[in-house]
Amino acid sequence: MCDTCGCNITPGNAHLVRADGKLGRTEDGRAAVTVLTGLLAENDHQAAHNREHFDHHRVLALNLMSSPGAGKTSLLEATIDALGSQLRIAVIEGDLETENDAVRIRAKGIPAIQIATGSACHLDAHMVHDALHHLDLTGIDILFIENVGNLVCPASFDLGQHRNVTLLSVPEGDDKPAKYPVMFRAADLVLCTKADLLSVLPEFVPERAEHYLRDLATTAPFAVVSTRGSGQLEPWLHWLQDELTAQRARLEQGRTLRPAIAPDGSRLHAAAGPAAESVSGHGHTHHHHDHDHAHHGHAHRHGHDGLDQDSGHLGSPGA
Amino acid sequence: MHELSICQALLDQVEGIARDHGATRVERILLKVGPLSGVEPVLIQHAYTLAAAGTIAETAELVIETAEVRVHCTVCGVESPAAPNRLLCGACGSFQTRLVSGDEMLLAQLEMTIPDKTEPAA
Repeated sequence: MCDTCGCNITPGNAHLVRADGKLGRTEDGRAAVTVLTGLLAENDHQAAHNREHFDHHRVLALNLMSSPGAGKTSLLEATIDALGSQLRIAVIEGDLETENDAVRIRAKGIPAIQIATGSACHLDAHMVHDALHHLDLTGIDILFIENVGNLVCPASFDLGQHRNVTLLSVPEGDDKPAKYPVMFRAADLVLCTKADLLSVLPEFVPERAEHYLRDLATTAPFAVVSTRGSGQLEPWLHWLQDELTAQRARLEQGRTLRPAIAPDGSRLHAAAGPAAESVSGHGHTHHHHDHDHAHHGHAHRHGHDGLDQDSGHLGSPGA
Repeated sequence: MHELSICQALLDQVEGIARDHGATRVERILLKVGPLSGVEPVLIQHAYTLAAAGTIAETAELVIETAEVRVHCTVCGVESPAAPNRLLCGACGSFQTRLVSGDEMLLAQLEMTIPDKTEPAA
């Protein structure tokens, strides 16, 4: 399926579309319009604006996703303890109810905005946009967006982040990537958290978890970390600093990046159809990025939102 | 249940397109949804009934075409079907594959009733 060649028009529906345009007539006189727009085009449009906002402030925005209780907030607390003196951090918290997580982050002296989603099982770009009205990004280096704990829905919504980080905690079991492929395929980094529990949960084999991850044809780095005891946070802290450095370098060149696997709707943002035309109003110029990691995504995703995409991964495993 | 959010986004698009074309009613909506899109066709169908109530597309038939998961191997060049949680090359087993289809979440086509004398919509 693509947005350019009309391969969606099959022998079964070709009669619906006139040869000279998108508007055809069915036999009973209905008008048939070929649209080919991602269902989340409006969300993706807002996400592109959020990304511009982050880039304007030179902020690296990271979307943290996991099951509830996998340790996202604990990871952030430990990250603030480790890097808070060197980097300025801000946090957007998403939960169905309570300010508990934002309170924990603020206790560390870090600005945190809580989004209470009510019954929504995920954050979307509009919720993040609204939160940004309450958050001064001036001088901020890294913005963490802690998504609603959920291994399903958050994977479908672009928030404007630059990278997706997915946590898999040891008590959850090592086959989560096989059970939730959409989520783990979206990850630019997978952190196996609560490694301090490996000694009491020997049935969790980190190598097996990584094997299931590789079955999803992803080269996202996989790191085993713990926020307890002796720490073991170095792989994560190094990744953060490398990503921040890389993003700063991209911005110097007028480029930015999106997660390696973008939700489907976004890549067809520039597709034909009334809803997609507005994308050209951003003043973006189209570039094509070197697709040096051909296995990361779809060739037809290039430059869909007019921004350079850089899907360079760290720590790629051997082929 | 993010399918309800997705249905609401879908209906926003559908209403906009119907308005642009001066349609009086939306008769049929064709979606293309792949297993790796993260949305379930059955749940979309259920959510649609709720989301469409009171809209121009209230009585529209919602047709969801599912897409097959297919990968193209960048090592051996073969294109093969794959399972959503095992996107390896069907021929050589390599994980260096590129998804050809299976993550679509598209509004593909609308069929609408448009009065013959089409005036520009208000």
